Amino acid sequence: MSEQATPRPARRSPERLYTHRIARWIDGRLGAAKFARTALNKVFPDNWSFMLGELALYSFVVLVLTGIYLTFFFDASSNRVVYTGSYEPLRGVEMTQAYRSALELSFDVRAGLVMRQIHHWAALLFLAAITVHLARVFFTGAFRRPREINWIIGCTLLPLAMFNGLFGYSLLDDQLSGTGLRIVYGITISIPLVGTWAASLLFGGEFPGPDIIQRLYVIHILLVPALIAVLIALHLAILVRHKHTQFPGPGRREDNVVGERLWPTYAFKALGLFFLTSGVLALLGGVFQINPIWVYGPFDPAEVSTASQPDWYMGWLDGALRIMPGWEIRAFGFEIPNPFFPGVLLAGVTFALLYAWPFLEARVTGDHSEHHILDRPRQRPVRTALGTATLSFYVICFFGAAADVLASTFGLSVNAILWTFRILVLVVPPVVAWVTYRLCKELSARDGLPIASQVTMREIPRRLLRGRAAET
Amino acid sequence: MTDPRGTEESPPVVTRPPSTGDDELTRRGARAERAAAVSFLLAMAAAIGLTIVYWEGGQPQAEGILLAVVLGGIGVGIVLWAKHFMPTEDVAEDRHPMESSEEDIAAFAADFQAGGSSLQRRRVLVATAGGACAALGVALLFPIRSLGPRPGRGFKQTAYKGGDIRVVDENGMPVHPRDLPVDGFITVWPDGHTDDADASTLLIHFRSDQDFQPKAGREDWTVDDIVAYSKLCTHVGCPVGLYQAELGLLLCPCHQSTFDVMRHAKPIFGPAARSLPQLPLGLDGDGFIIATADFSGPVGPGFWDRGR
Repeated sequence: MSEQATPRPARRSPERLYTHRIARWIDGRLGAAKFARTALNKVFPDNWSFMLGELALYSFVVLVLTGIYLTFFFDASSNRVVYTGSYEPLRGVEMTQAYRSALELSFDVRAGLVMRQIHHWAALLFLAAITVHLARVFFTGAFRRPREINWIIGCTLLPLAMFNGLFGYSLLDDQLSGTGLRIVYGITISIPLVGTWAASLLFGGEFPGPDIIQRLYVIHILLVPALIAVLIALHLAILVRHKHTQFPGPGRREDNVVGERLWPTYAFKALGLFFLTSGVLALLGGVFQINPIWVYGPFDPAEVSTASQPDWYMGWLDGALRIMPGWEIRAFGFEIPNPFFPGVLLAGVTFALLYAWPFLEARVTGDHSEHHILDRPRQRPVRTALGTATLSFYVICFFGAAADVLASTFGLSVNAILWTFRILVLVVPPVVAWVTYRLCKELSARDGLPIASQVTMREIPRRLLRGRAAET
Repeated sequence: MTDPRGTEESPPVVTRPPSTGDDELTRRGARAERAAAVSFLLAMAAAIGLTIVYWEGGQPQAEGILLAVVLGGIGVGIVLWAKHFMPTEDVAEDRHPMESSEEDIAAFAADFQAGGSSLQRRRVLVATAGGACAALGVALLFPIRSLGPRPGRGFKQTAYKGGDIRVVDENGMPVHPRDLPVDGFITVWPDGHTDDADASTLLIHFRSDQDFQPKAGREDWTVDDIVAYSKLCTHVGCPVGLYQAELGLLLCPCHQSTFDVMRHAKPIFGPAARSLPQLPLGLDGDGFIIATADFSGPVGPGFWDRGR
């Protein structure tokens, strides 16, 4: 910061003139060269599984870009109109402006349908990438100190993304989306004490509610995306602060990070992955039809189509609703209705456990130190077994959502299929846990890998209650 | 876990060595460069194609494929570029524990306390300012109340309240018992409320040989073997739209709850735990079907104080 005028730099090559001058201008105001140089030299370890989070990020970018385009045409209004547009079969049918604008977007706006379909596919990929990324972080122990905060941010992003996906396809006011909202309403009023209030405030009254489309629209395009964007920024800032975890390997230690520099190789690979991801999404959006709302027709609260299935990431919840036996609790004129248990309690317990996991694990293992070298799943038989068991539970719930489709496809009784799922959902997870546990032990013994923690399943409850344990 | 910190020598720089001679390398390099350039050119051509398709009126499949080629072409080009012409050596960067040193923490605490002593001396101000902020927070919660009405009677009654209301079909036409064939069912609403989401009702004409057993006290709630139930599933409120006339069962397509029409629509399978509310039927002077009173209970999914 000397007062003296710095001598003009040596003549630069002509093609860099403007970029160079702009960079100097910015640096003159921010003094960013040192910071930018550090950023260029930032080291990222290479592993295929580290790009899962990137996939989620790029899907989000595609979601925002296509979503902005869609907002220019979508009309989030529950006013009733008669359709006179270019889709023949629905002409003369009464519908909301929301549904009409979605039809117009699909049939009359050039590039509208492809944008809508890319948007929907991107949402499916966003959730898939988040889920697999979460599994990667879990099974490799990347959530351990110092990364617990980032784990919590990630665990918050998952339900936000789920809800925003659900709200997104609920906006269009076709028969399927209306059925979905009806179920949301039914689950909301099932909450003890506050359920009816919560539903009334969310829907602006009783179902279907005069304001729900406008409300969901604001939530879907502003509130939740802003939250997601802020949390992603935090997630990445913390990642930069921590420096990425790495798998064990030559020269890799807890106090270093070995990999490629950000500039240029890693940055170009990441940029290439972004283009490839959006390319695949464009192909899916162009060629593979998704959510053909014109087939479903406008929402009529008295009708419902068979085989109403939600998007894949809500499948576990829908399946849990179906698998749950017809039980509810009633006493003194009060009741805890059936949907509360699978719809609110199960989801609540799921996410509570997810949030608490790093702390529960540290409590059981007594290991409170920093970890930057990742585990191989087989080195952690208990964690891996509990993880696969939990996954198997949700996978079975997911398939439970297809009970009616399975029944009609294979000509079986729905009751028999649902009973099968009720049994499977209880039996399979323990079996999966046991098989995984044995498999991890065998595999790590074969590889000569040490088991990282000698805590056995049986010791967990005692250790959880006692807290800090000496053994690691 | 063993802590490898400090047990190893300085981090080795791992460079992936070229496996072949220089000639082979240049030839491969030229090939890769060509491939990358071709995919950029392809992307360019597809972008031009995309504008033409759009200009000519648009076609979703073509747009999607061309856009995929544009984006994919750029992606492939960049990845080839990165893979073949950019440094691939692994470098090591130091990593330090996240925790601050004791000195830093002590220095921070000292500075904070130096500034914060004015807080400790003004206890009254701290308390009242905190109270004011808390009050603001509470006051800001109240506008949430504007989002919806107090959940009221609407949860427990429908437009049938008061009774002696004709039921009408979706076109608003009254229903005569002979309009409904045996084993047939239709959806009806209270007259003038065909838009009412929670008043939709199923009229079912069961066969006289079916073993219909009314619940005690509801013996006169049917008309000419026609029984009426709320169409809203008591699980989460989907319309119970499937009637298996042979078995006299109503099936909810959403979550497969099954209700026995012959036994006051009690749930016999699936997650629903409560019977569909029944609507007491009668006939008016013109022989059309009327509801003599509201449903036997709150319709649709359950809620906390349903029974109060």
